[in-house]
Amino acid sequence: MKKTGAEIMWECVVREGVEVVFGYPGGANMPIYDAMLSYPIHHVLVRHEQGGAHMADGYARASGKVGMAMGTSGPGATNLVTGIATAMMDSVPVVFVTGQVAAHLIGGDAFQEVDVTGITLPITKHNYLVTRADQIAEVVREAFYIARSGRPGPVLIDICKNAQVEQCEFVYPETVKLPGYQPVAHAQKDMLDHAVKLIEKAQRPIILCGHGVLASKAEEILMNFAVKTQTPVASTLLGLGAFPASHDLSLGMMGMHGEVHTNLAIQNSDLILAFGMRFDDRVTGTLKTYAPRAKKIHIEIDPSEVHKNVAVDVPLVGDLKTVLTDLVPLVDEYDHDEWLKEIRDWKAEADARSIMNWPNDDKLYVPHLIADIWKATGGNAIMTTDVGQHQMWTAQYYALDKPNRWLTSGGAGTMGFGLPSAIGAWFAHKDQEIWAIAGDGGFQMTAAELTTAVQENANVKVAIMNNSFLGMVRQWQEFFFEKRYSAVNMLSPDFVKLAEAHGVPARRVTKREEIDEAIAWARSIKGPTVIEFRVEQEDAVYPMVPAGAALDQMLQRPLKESGN
Amino acid sequence: MLYTFIALVENKPGVLNRVASLFRRRNFNIESLAVGRTEKPDISRMTVVVDCPNGDYDAHKIEANLYKLVNVIDVQDVTHQPSVTRDLALIKVMVGPEKRAEVNSLAEIFRARIVDVAADSVIVEITGTEDKIEGMIELLRPTGIIEMVRTGQVSMTRGVNDGVRRVQQGAVGNRYENEYEDMAEMAP
Repeated sequence: MKKTGAEIMWECVVREGVEVVFGYPGGANMPIYDAMLSYPIHHVLVRHEQGGAHMADGYARASGKVGMAMGTSGPGATNLVTGIATAMMDSVPVVFVTGQVAAHLIGGDAFQEVDVTGITLPITKHNYLVTRADQIAEVVREAFYIARSGRPGPVLIDICKNAQVEQCEFVYPETVKLPGYQPVAHAQKDMLDHAVKLIEKAQRPIILCGHGVLASKAEEILMNFAVKTQTPVASTLLGLGAFPASHDLSLGMMGMHGEVHTNLAIQNSDLILAFGMRFDDRVTGTLKTYAPRAKKIHIEIDPSEVHKNVAVDVPLVGDLKTVLTDLVPLVDEYDHDEWLKEIRDWKAEADARSIMNWPNDDKLYVPHLIADIWKATGGNAIMTTDVGQHQMWTAQYYALDKPNRWLTSGGAGTMGFGLPSAIGAWFAHKDQEIWAIAGDGGFQMTAAELTTAVQENANVKVAIMNNSFLGMVRQWQEFFFEKRYSAVNMLSPDFVKLAEAHGVPARRVTKREEIDEAIAWARSIKGPTVIEFRVEQEDAVYPMVPAGAALDQMLQRPLKESGN
Repeated sequence: MLYTFIALVENKPGVLNRVASLFRRRNFNIESLAVGRTEKPDISRMTVVVDCPNGDYDAHKIEANLYKLVNVIDVQDVTHQPSVTRDLALIKVMVGPEKRAEVNSLAEIFRARIVDVAADSVIVEITGTEDKIEGMIELLRPTGIIEMVRTGQVSMTRGVNDGVRRVQQGAVGNRYENEYEDMAEMAP
C-alpha cells in the first residue's frame, strides 16, 4: 500500500502509542500537519516551540511514556533547542520532529534552512536527517526505541519536505536493527559479589537515590533493598518521590540545598550505594573531601557516568531495577540502629533552626507557602517548577510520597519550565491536581503558554512566587559578592491583570492569613488559575553548601532574633 | 600519554562528524584520526590516537562515551597490545637532477619510494611507524620540503589477540580489568 512520507510518519507514531503532540506548524512541516488530520492525534498548538518542548517533556516525566513535540524548519527548530537540552540533561524520553527544506535545497541557505541535526547533535541521544520517504518508517521506529530504552533521552528527526510528500510502499518494521545500540540489563556476577561483600562490612551505609530509580521504575525494589538492609535513603533533586518522604529511612534531599543531616550522613558514611545518579557537582560539593571514608557502589545504566566525577569501588552497570532484583536476594538482613540514631540526632539539631518553627511575623515566606499547598493538596499533587529559590524550597517542603509527581529542570536548570511542563503533565493525568510553582523571572519566560492552557482548558494551578528579584542570583550576590546587586531587581507586569487578559482567573496574596483561602479558591476552579504571592523579598534558601565548598560546610539559617 | 583506539562504526553519513564532535564536546585532544572501509561494506573502521593525560582513567572515559554514539559498534584500546601500526606520507622535495641520487639513496635506506619526478622536485612516498616517518622528514628537511601530506595512523593487533575492551557493547558493563580496588586512587 503506497502512502506519503507524512502519512507513514503518523502510521508509525500512532503505533508507538502517541496520543498527544505539542507543536507549531510552518512552511516546512505543512504536509505533516495536513496528514495529521486523518489520525487519532490530539495536537496542542503552543505559543512558542520552547513551550511545546517543555510540555512534551512534562508529559513524558509524568506519564513515563515518550513525549512528542514538533516544529518547522529554521527558527521553529532552533526555538526547540532549550527544551531539547533540558530533556537531554535530565534523561527524559522525547521525540522531536522538525520539518526541513527539500533535500535538493540543503546546503544552499534556502528560506528557513538551519542545520538542525548539526545544532542538536550534542544535545540529543541521537538524531536523524531524513531525505527520502522510504527512510521514515525505520527512522521513527528507531527514534522511539532509542528515546525510551537504556538511559532515556531526546531523539530528533529532521524530515525534508520532499520526503513528507513523496509516496512509497509502507511496511511497518517489526524490529529495529541497531548493531551499535544494545543497552545492558544485568550487571556482571563477580561485581555483584564484590558489592555484597562491601554491604556486609558496612556499618554506616547510605543510599543515594537518583532519577534513574524513576526511569527504571525501580521504586518497589529500592524499598525492598532499603528495608532489608536498613539503609537510609537520601535523594537527589530529580530522585525525589522515588522513595516515600514519610518513610523512617528517608533522609530527603542531599546536596547544595539538601538537608543538613543528609549531607552529614553522606560525609560520615562508610558505604555509598549510588542508585541511578551521577554525582553531579550540585550534590557532591568539592570532590576533594567528598565522603572521604566511604566505599562506593554505583548502579548505573550508562557506563560513561561510572567513574566520571567520583571514582567508585564497585561499578554495577545495568538497568537499575534488574540489577537490584539480582542483588536483593544476595544480601542479608542488617540493622544499623546506631547509625540511624546518629543521623536522627543531627536532624533534631538542624530542625531547631527550621523556618517552620518561626512565629507569624506577617511576612510571606515561600517555605510556609509550600507547606500550606502541601497540606491543602494532601501532598498528592503533581508539582512543577521553574528554576531558582522557589524550586529549592518546593523540593525541600513539598514532601513527596509517590513517584513521577515532581517535574523540575535539574541538570539544565531551565527557567520557564514550570508552566509548560505542568500543561504537558495535565495531558498525562487529567484527573490529578497539578501545581506549577513559578518565580517572577521564570514565569515571564514562558508566560505566553497561559493562552495554550486556556485553549486546552488545562487544569493547572500556577503559583507565582514574586519577590521582585531574580532571587537565587540575588542570594549569591548577597553571600558571595558583598551584596552588590547587579541586574537582579526585576519589574514585573501586574500578574493578575496579565492572567486575566489571557482569560485566566487570578488573585494576589500578600499576607500569610490569605494563603489558605486563595489555595482553596484555586482548587475550586476547573481550569487554569494564577495566584501571585508577594513573598518576602530577601529571604535566602538554607541550608546552602557554597559552590566549591565541602558538603558538610553548610550555611545554615540564622536563628530568628525576635522568635526563639 | 598517547592512546590508540580502534572503533568499528556503521558506514552511514555523518558518523565521522559524530565521533569528532564527541571528542570536542568532552574535551579530548585528537592526535590523529584515520577512517576507512573494512571487509564489510556496512562497517567503517577508525583508528584514533588521543592524548590521555590521566592514563587509563581517560581511556575508560573515551571508550564509554564512544559507545553512547548509536552508530559505534565496537571499541578497543590497542595501546598496550602488540600491533602493527602504519602511517603513510607523501613528501615533495625540492631537488634538481644533481642531487636526485642523494634523495634516492636516502629513500632506499628508509624503504621509501620515489613516486614522481619533475624537473625541480620529486615526491617521496614513505610508509611506516610515526617514528620512522619523522626520521625521514628530519633528514629531508635540509634539502627543502615543498609540501607534505600524511594519512594519520592506522593500527591492527598482531595474531588473534584483540585490544582491551573496558566497556563492551551489550554484554559487559564496565570495569578496569581486575583493578577495581585501585579505582579510588585513580580519580583526577
